[in-house]
Amino acid sequence: MSTPAAGAVSRLEALVGRSAFSADPEKLGDYAVDGITPSVAVQPSSTEEIVEIVKFAAAEKLAILSCGARTKIGIGLPPRQYDVALDLTRLNKIVAYDPGDLTLSVEPGVLLCKLQQHLNQHGQFLPHGVPFMTRATIGGTIASGVEGPLRQMYGTPRDFVLGMEFVTGDGVAGKSGGRVVKNVTGYDLHKLLIGSLGTLAVITKINLRTFPAPQSLRAFSLHFANAGAAACRDAVATSALKPMTMEIVSHTAAELFAHAHAFRREPHTLPEGALSTTAWTLVISFSGSEAMLDRSENEMRKMAESAGAERFTRIGNVDGKPEPVNIAACYVRLREFIPIALASSPGCTILKISVLPEHIEHVLACAKHAAEDHSMPWAAIARGIGVIYVALLPAARDEKPLHCVSATLNRIREDCARLGGHSTIPWCPSEWKSALDIWGPDRPDLPLMRKVKNVFDPRGILAPGRFMGGI
Amino acid sequence: MDAQLLAELQKLLGAENVLHKPEDLLLYEYDGSVEVARPDCVVFPQNADQVAALVALANRFNTPLVGRGAGTGLSGGALARTGGILTVFSLMNRILQVDAENQRAVVQPGVVNSDLSAAVAHLGLHFAPDPSSQKACTIGGNVSENSGGPHTLAYGVTTNHVLGMQVVLPTGEMVRIGSSAVDAPGYDLTGLFVGSEGTLGLVTEITVKLTRLPEETKTLLAIFDRVEDCTETVADITARGITPAACEMLDGWSLRAIEAYIHAGYPTDSAAVLLIDVDGLREAAAVQSEQVADVCRAHHAREVRAARDSRERDLLWKGRKNAFAAVGRLSPSYYVQDGVIPRTKLPATLRRIEEIGKKYGFEIGNIFHAGDGNLHPIVPFDARDKEQFRRAVAASDEIIEYCVAAGGTITGEHGVGMEKDRLMPLMFTEAELELMKRVRNAFNPIGLLNPEKIFPSAKGCGEIRPRPRAQKQSEVSVA
Repeated sequence: MSTPAAGAVSRLEALVGRSAFSADPEKLGDYAVDGITPSVAVQPSSTEEIVEIVKFAAAEKLAILSCGARTKIGIGLPPRQYDVALDLTRLNKIVAYDPGDLTLSVEPGVLLCKLQQHLNQHGQFLPHGVPFMTRATIGGTIASGVEGPLRQMYGTPRDFVLGMEFVTGDGVAGKSGGRVVKNVTGYDLHKLLIGSLGTLAVITKINLRTFPAPQSLRAFSLHFANAGAAACRDAVATSALKPMTMEIVSHTAAELFAHAHAFRREPHTLPEGALSTTAWTLVISFSGSEAMLDRSENEMRKMAESAGAERFTRIGNVDGKPEPVNIAACYVRLREFIPIALASSPGCTILKISVLPEHIEHVLACAKHAAEDHSMPWAAIARGIGVIYVALLPAARDEKPLHCVSATLNRIREDCARLGGHSTIPWCPSEWKSALDIWGPDRPDLPLMRKVKNVFDPRGILAPGRFMGGI
Repeated sequence: MDAQLLAELQKLLGAENVLHKPEDLLLYEYDGSVEVARPDCVVFPQNADQVAALVALANRFNTPLVGRGAGTGLSGGALARTGGILTVFSLMNRILQVDAENQRAVVQPGVVNSDLSAAVAHLGLHFAPDPSSQKACTIGGNVSENSGGPHTLAYGVTTNHVLGMQVVLPTGEMVRIGSSAVDAPGYDLTGLFVGSEGTLGLVTEITVKLTRLPEETKTLLAIFDRVEDCTETVADITARGITPAACEMLDGWSLRAIEAYIHAGYPTDSAAVLLIDVDGLREAAAVQSEQVADVCRAHHAREVRAARDSRERDLLWKGRKNAFAAVGRLSPSYYVQDGVIPRTKLPATLRRIEEIGKKYGFEIGNIFHAGDGNLHPIVPFDARDKEQFRRAVAASDEIIEYCVAAGGTITGEHGVGMEKDRLMPLMFTEAELELMKRVRNAFNPIGLLNPEKIFPSAKGCGEIRPRPRAQKQSEVSVA
């Protein structure tokens, strides 16, 4: 790793001012990524400052990692070089909000939960319920590409980001898209930035669609001894029903959700019997008018019966608590599956899989067998659209469990590849990243991705080495 | 054209799949826009390997190559602006796979949009993007232009329904991007390619999402005596968080034009109507149609008519989908714009369009996707009259400038192509355009594929330059 010359450091300080600059080793420790501590951290408060910082870094060959609340900064390979932490939390303004048009323009450092509160005052929300929700910034959640249960109905940022402004690796302020809901003017460059881990550009503004907040909710849980959960998912998918969320939860995940780590994320108790601790649970929720919810409930009851559910529960008015509290207790745990799993094991390793929905059942069964055969504690949730998270939860993070973790993962990943699916490891102990091949085998379109990287960041100073193929 | 290239093309594709005589090329000078450009030849490949071989030939002979579906585009995207080989995908029109269980289909680019929906209707599915030209336009063209349509208000535009594709790059290399499963790891190249207007690669296979057909659809026709009441209704429906499946506005001028041609049952004495679909569960459609009707009445709708059956519904929509053909009967030519504005600005924008019409001496019609704020002001003119054409373009430009100033954009679904390239500086700085150009050049470095599209020419960069080929406009005919 390079160490920037003292002169360079002081010039950087001059660019942003003393209060927005830190070279204090103690503070810099907070910005460490995969054990690598940057030489300086800067907190710019304008796009102009970011342009100057990036230009400066490009000239001095300093590597930049941009970050928000750093809740997901561990995703990706260890940086090849890391000199400057570009902390975007001071860019925290809601630049424009037009409730009548249901559009929004925000800076990346806005806290996601603050943003939701703001939108809620107008009866609207952003359907972006993602892990680390209470601390995460909007920029970080978009750049890291995380997703959540609401995508069943609303899709992902790819579907509701309207445009972005950004600064490329050579310090050019750019933009794409716009602020209106329909737009085909120019290339959709902002789509490239979603999930790019800051390797293409520094995001300085995000334009989004907002949505009317759902009025009434109803959620149900269906317990299944075996494959019924996936069959029931298929039945829902071919019905007229439009669920808001739909996940299959392993009994081990249910146990995890009953743990103390889970309560730290969501203080409300999980309603009694909501999740099966012996078998698979399908958790499904709906929004809409009472008539729609009644209809959904009736149909779900019938589908539960024909799929052989052992138990059908409306996650309703239990323990005297109003319905939304109980639905939230369940929903938040599902949303926060990743942080809850990470808190529960020092060697927690999370495999993200995407497959066609018809393969969900097979992958879940494979994950269960692979983990059990290797005596590896595990938990899994599968979203109805075909995204599955398998958490392996070894009791330690030294060399010993690595072998077991690796063997378990390989078995699941081989199966997944055979089914034409994808698997990556967004979270695992830093020291295991290379051994676990977190991005998986090179894709045939990797050379095209390199071309894209080269356009946006020709000097390779933005989060070098973190992305797929070492981009 | 180069005799040797012609011979090689004929050898590759068979003589019957290569057009080169001037009289055969005439048809391919046009698309749905007012632009004109003649290719040197037109070829019809039948598979991806032939497309790759075509690209190799184009490279060898240093000849531009432009992809084309049905040629219904409205911005000159599928015209060979600098000549060369126009590659028409109409023979690559097979639906390769329908996977009802996972709600996916794999299609060749020449599959006609509505053919795919028809082919999967018995499974209770459809392909949601529904451009008005859906009975002719191809999915490959939809992908290139990121096409919209009336029902994209609730269902999203083409990019929201494309998961992956096989593309032939300008190097002749064939590569797959995205995947049939969601969340393919890496940069979202599918998101970049959709809407890139054929400038990054030629799409030879597309994996799309299929969407469940709604259990129930209710179609409403809200009739207004004042345009302002109509536009305010749209703004209010949006502000109340009601998302109909479609919300189209047609003004009196358009209604009269359509009614004379289609007899859709539109009220010819009204100032404007909204054609609104609400759909979903029976229970949802019932509630939403009531909500919509209430808002319409609150804004003084003279009448809110509900289609009684599918025949009535189809007729109302037939009028909308054939609106442009109807306009074509009234005027020798028309110029249609595609600006987008925030929906809160609809009332003010429609007033402004009327003023601009008066200023330039046109009665400007409006048939558009009101729910999206996607305007289609139609300026009827006589292309034989150069002065009139100049005024039509000036009026359209002024409307577009107003859209941009209102926080909107220059094209919502028709694309930039060769029609709006000169307007790009209204939206992007020189540095921003340069970055987009570098993205293009990373894939298409020598401009082999669809050259001189999207980006303003180097000479005029940073300012609006005179319309190219304006003198040729007298040749325009309207389909």
